[in-house]
Amino acid sequence: MSDTPEFTLAELMIVAAAEAFRGDGELFTTGIGTLPRLAAGLAKLTFEPGLMMTDGEAFLTEDPVPLGAQAEDVPGFAGWMPFNRVFATLWRGQRHAMVTPVQIDQWAQSNISCLGDFKQPKVQMLGVRGFPGNSICHRNSMLIPAHSKRVFVAGEVDVVSSVGYSDKRWPEGMRRPDIQVGPIITDLCVMDFGGPDHAARVVSLHPGVSFDMVQEATGFALLAGDGMGETPAPTAAQLEIIRQLDPHDMRAKAVKGNPPGLRQAA
Amino acid sequence: MDKRTDLTGAIATLRDGMTIGIGGWGPRRKPMALIREILRSDLKDLHLVCYGGPEVGMLCAAGKVSKVTYGFVSLDRIPLEPWFRKARETGSVSVNELDEGLLLLGLRAAAEGVSFAPTQVGLGTAVPENNPYMKTVVSPYDPQDILLAMPAIPLDVALIHVSRADHWGNTQTDGPDPYFDDLFARASERVIVSAEEVVERLDRTHSDQAYKSLFHRGMVKSVVPAPLGAHPTTSHGVYGWDMDHLKTYGATAGDAEAWAEYMAEYVAGGEEAYQAAVGGAGAVRSLPIPVF
Repeated sequence: MSDTPEFTLAELMIVAAAEAFRGDGELFTTGIGTLPRLAAGLAKLTFEPGLMMTDGEAFLTEDPVPLGAQAEDVPGFAGWMPFNRVFATLWRGQRHAMVTPVQIDQWAQSNISCLGDFKQPKVQMLGVRGFPGNSICHRNSMLIPAHSKRVFVAGEVDVVSSVGYSDKRWPEGMRRPDIQVGPIITDLCVMDFGGPDHAARVVSLHPGVSFDMVQEATGFALLAGDGMGETPAPTAAQLEIIRQLDPHDMRAKAVKGNPPGLRQAA
Repeated sequence: MDKRTDLTGAIATLRDGMTIGIGGWGPRRKPMALIREILRSDLKDLHLVCYGGPEVGMLCAAGKVSKVTYGFVSLDRIPLEPWFRKARETGSVSVNELDEGLLLLGLRAAAEGVSFAPTQVGLGTAVPENNPYMKTVVSPYDPQDILLAMPAIPLDVALIHVSRADHWGNTQTDGPDPYFDDLFARASERVIVSAEEVVERLDRTHSDQAYKSLFHRGMVKSVVPAPLGAHPTTSHGVYGWDMDHLKTYGATAGDAEAWAEYMAEYVAGGEEAYQAAVGGAGAVRSLPIPVF
């Protein structure tokens, strides 16, 4: 495959994560963090031009803002999206966020609040922030740069910040909302909760990764998805767009050690 | 009708145990001069309600806080507010940790004079378990439609930093996002504003910007001139946040001696001394508004 350009694992993950937004049409898209933001920008500039996204502050931009842009490089504003309108939009369900929780469990519940006992945390983190409202109202995908049992935990996450498919937290007699959990892109694979009864399954493995390696790094049982193959390599055109969106190569710091996309055999 | 007063006069109207709403969002447009005046005061046992930034950590560091109701507490580029984190991990403050939207709904209910707001937000998560006062309601129209009843969050007072004000309490706020300052004002018994600039009459000098008023003067009790009064947070149109100073402050977290030094160097001497200690007005005004 001599015409395949070289690429990093971070770039492979960006291209895989962009696929999470396929079919979103005019959803308001929020990629939180370097790789999710680049993924959303790549999706908008290739196959989902209708995506709405902001400058990270209060305005909608039709051209994604490059990471680390100077004030004079910020594209023109197409609309106004102050936080009040963000809530109004997400409560309509008209949003898709890609987030990086600290813990995820077998029921797709996630945690960003704190580690340990909520009353006196071992480690205070972000608080639940917008996760409860986001997860019950709209689609959420996740990106995890270091796949491990500390993230994909055995048992339930310490503080359930986003809703999932567990039965135990809903009021009795309540009609369940339709919960939309998108794919999870990690440094090892792409997975989702699309198995029987929302079981976690591996959708594709990154080059050089085996299913057993993923299972070994996960605190709950995984299924191998039907047709589980290899995560597609970025094309030269995709890599060029990523470079334009990230001229200072901030993606190089997003995955520890910035490894190449094609893993060397261990 | 002249509502102008100074920092001391405004903060002297507060009492121990009050529930205080604070406008702004993270390290953006926080009424920091008013917060520093609270740090200089004997006030204690305060209940803060906010989308929190450095004001939460500083007031916790000074032992003035018994409870925090928050959508988050963050310095943005420093995602975890250092002193608030210490306060949580040592259990020195109690908290209502809310979804960002639940805080909005609680303030809106208080603003509208109703006791709760129905919502699905928070159900299916640990939020009701960690805030055990929360109850659910059943829709009168559909028994399977069970909702969280987010209780109103009435405030004794709201502290809000604005761009300019006049002696009657009219205000204008520059910047791309009003955040939820209008809800903090409406949920509150009374509002104290600090302002980058105070003029005699906005209708005479800034009539063309009247649409920048986030709430009407009938809610405003006190107007405090506070140029650079949001530093080290952003005051749109005048200066951006001061991440270096926020790091200096954050480095004191968990260390009583270091905090005492911070208080002595930056807070104890008053606002003029503060401005000199952070490099002078020119340096503050040249802090760029961050771009994302």
